[in-house]
Amino acid sequence: MDNASAQALIRFGLGAGPNDEVSSDPRGALKAQLQGPDPGEAAGAFAGLPTGLQAVDTRRADQLALQALIQQGVAVKGNFKPAGIDKLDVAAQMGWAVTTPASFRERLVWFWYNHFTVSKFQGETAYLIGPMVREAIRPHVNGNFTDMVLAVERHPAMLLYLMNAESIGPDSPVGLKTGKGLNENLGRECMELHTVGLAAGYSQSDVTNMAKILTGWSVAGTAGGGDATGFKYRPFFHEPGPRTVMDQTYDGGEQAGIDALTFLSRYPTTYQLLATKLVTHFVADDPPPDAVAQIANVLRETGGDLGVASAALVDLPQAWTPLTKLKTPFEYVLSAVRAAPPPGPPPVLYNAIMLQLGQPLWGAPLPNGWSDQAAVWSGSDAIIARIDWAYTYASRFDNGDMGVQPSDIAGVALGPLLRPATAAAIANAGSRREAITMLFASPEFERR
Amino acid sequence: MFLTRRTTLLGLTALATASRVKFAFADAPTDQRFIVILLRGALDGMSAVVPYGDSGLVALRPKLIPPAPGQPDGMYDLGGFYGLHPGMPAIYAMYQAGEALPVHAVAGPYRTRSHFAAQDLLQLGAAGDQTGITSGWLNRVIAELPARRSATPTGLAVGIGTPLLLQGPVPVGSYATEGFAVPSPDLYARIAALNAGDPLTGPAIATGLREMSFDKGVMSADIMSDDAATMPGDAPKKPGGGNSFPALASAAGRLLAAADGPRIAAFQLEGWDTHSNQVHGLNTPLSGLDTGIGYLKAALGPAWTQTAVLVMTEFGRTAAMNGTNGTDHGTATVAFVLGGNIAGGKVRGTWPGLGAGQLFQNRDLAPTTDVRSVAKGALAAHLGLDDAALARVFPASTDAAPLQGITRAT
Repeated sequence: MDNASAQALIRFGLGAGPNDEVSSDPRGALKAQLQGPDPGEAAGAFAGLPTGLQAVDTRRADQLALQALIQQGVAVKGNFKPAGIDKLDVAAQMGWAVTTPASFRERLVWFWYNHFTVSKFQGETAYLIGPMVREAIRPHVNGNFTDMVLAVERHPAMLLYLMNAESIGPDSPVGLKTGKGLNENLGRECMELHTVGLAAGYSQSDVTNMAKILTGWSVAGTAGGGDATGFKYRPFFHEPGPRTVMDQTYDGGEQAGIDALTFLSRYPTTYQLLATKLVTHFVADDPPPDAVAQIANVLRETGGDLGVASAALVDLPQAWTPLTKLKTPFEYVLSAVRAAPPPGPPPVLYNAIMLQLGQPLWGAPLPNGWSDQAAVWSGSDAIIARIDWAYTYASRFDNGDMGVQPSDIAGVALGPLLRPATAAAIANAGSRREAITMLFASPEFERR
Repeated sequence: MFLTRRTTLLGLTALATASRVKFAFADAPTDQRFIVILLRGALDGMSAVVPYGDSGLVALRPKLIPPAPGQPDGMYDLGGFYGLHPGMPAIYAMYQAGEALPVHAVAGPYRTRSHFAAQDLLQLGAAGDQTGITSGWLNRVIAELPARRSATPTGLAVGIGTPLLLQGPVPVGSYATEGFAVPSPDLYARIAALNAGDPLTGPAIATGLREMSFDKGVMSADIMSDDAATMPGDAPKKPGGGNSFPALASAAGRLLAAADGPRIAAFQLEGWDTHSNQVHGLNTPLSGLDTGIGYLKAALGPAWTQTAVLVMTEFGRTAAMNGTNGTDHGTATVAFVLGGNIAGGKVRGTWPGLGAGQLFQNRDLAPTTDVRSVAKGALAAHLGLDDAALARVFPASTDAAPLQGITRAT
């Protein structure tokens, strides 16, 4: 493995492991991953997992079962058995992330999910995040940004997380009858975080009008007439009348929301925001302005083609300089498991591990998602905690002869980036477990 | 819910270098403690400290007002106009003891309703138009303090990630709960050696190991000598979950109380973004905050008299209830200063009123006190920072004069 191959697998991918093919044309191999449908879907990795609609139904069934227990005065503890379908989704999607040979494509999935963060800790969305990633993110990672925006903002996961499902136009039929009204959470964040950003210079009235335009975008299960993802447009929630957002005026109805989001998704500051985020993620914490300009240009010229923009990232000369990004805890764990897959059971408990490392899976504290900046994750206890996890995980390799030599794992994981000092520390370690810990605790393994 | 989200306490380290050290205490290292609790997500100030005496309140938010003082589960009366949220008995006890000072209608020098822009500006200590400030203001506070030879850095980060508030040129330490298997000291030493030359992981690991042994010493000392002097009040040994704010506050309080422990600390808590069903949604985070602050005081013991705690949030919320029994992003809110020598027992700040024409942009509680005035007032009175130091901590803040009289006259 040469330097470029290692870079390709570590910077663009999720870390090098035994499932990765080392290509003689690393750039071409990365770009090839951007073709075709989602490889995980194509491989059947997510077979049997629920659609958004099914997850809405299951979520509702859980809620009803819980209510029934409470009404009967039965103790919830021990008697309430939630379906727990989120665990299956986590296992399948994490299982794919740690084994896929198309890990650049997979990194993009997690990047875009983080851009459109939904947290399981708010809005009882745990069951719906998996479906959202599979239905609204994966199909569009190499497609058009507008399609991704529309799919995400209409997904029940987002509509519940940012509370649009319950937002009601004050002058809508239901609003007039019940006195209920607007919740501007999604209206604001779809502008600030998902599309145009504060740089667009919009006003409070733009935010309020966007929220009004989105009234009626709601959630329903099978019985309530939800569509395949669990979306339902409720005309009686919708604030009537034309609304103006950033100087564009939209007539009412469901189409107004589609048109407004389409406009926002193609606004120049949107491309700037996306380019900055992509270059920060793939190149450096302090993104080189010319690289950002280049990616923004590609997005502008292609009308938001994310596949072309992702390929352009690969072509950035700044993306082939020595690795400086510190792995987040999530990236750290993924890359370690990719490098040294568990030799047997028990399964790796990603939910528990990520909670303890301060980056709970599908659980960012705020709708702007997780930071990928070194300043956030390089605290002394953050670094110590991931080393402690590595030491814990490495115990899986200490029993019996697994046929896995730590030096081989190091070679696969880092190739030419492995420093002689680390190779020596691995060679001199007192046990296989200590050797693997030394690998994962080395400064070069911390980078991507 | 917010309790489950924070896990580890992070930071970098090293001793303060002499070149940075000047001004306030040129001679003696401080034993004053200064703690900032950052509420990320925008606390509705009018729910924490309710202006129940304002006749406009009920019309604006009929479903968001706790029962009146004296009613079952009613708010605690703070002098006939304001009431403290009923889930905050510990802070009410401090108020009665003259140790809690709420300041109302506080806002930063920005009028964005963006969480993320506002949180950044609040932590950078920047006005809206200032660029080029890259360190957190609490990091700059540490730079103004005298150097000290100690097992631990002066600053301590508590919460998920290192908050921007503490990021900057002065390295800070961190505290985390225990979890995974722990390598032997020998393996740790080899790991530290392997990382020694790395600018990022090298110092992080070296500090982490130093702190680990310091923390262990402090915690086991508590267990060894469990008497009134070291464990005053009722701070439990393991309050709540290992990662809950009360647990972290209790542990951090013990570290801050130690003779050569940290002196400046920051926590960040989430759970305040109550767009929907706010009455229910605020109960857990407010009572967690209250419990944690109570534990913090108990764990600090006699050092509580040398402690000032500043509780602040990026902005307030709409004065009126929204359509989903919650509130949307607004402007002014409440801040708290707490501590054994704080001149509390009253609510400060100028109440702007809720009547016609009194709301900011006909929507939010109008700001009458700059949050930087509260912070500067506390730093001046409690840490002795002079005007020049305050100007370095909060550049271009002459329009936000330090709030006077935050501590009791000595």
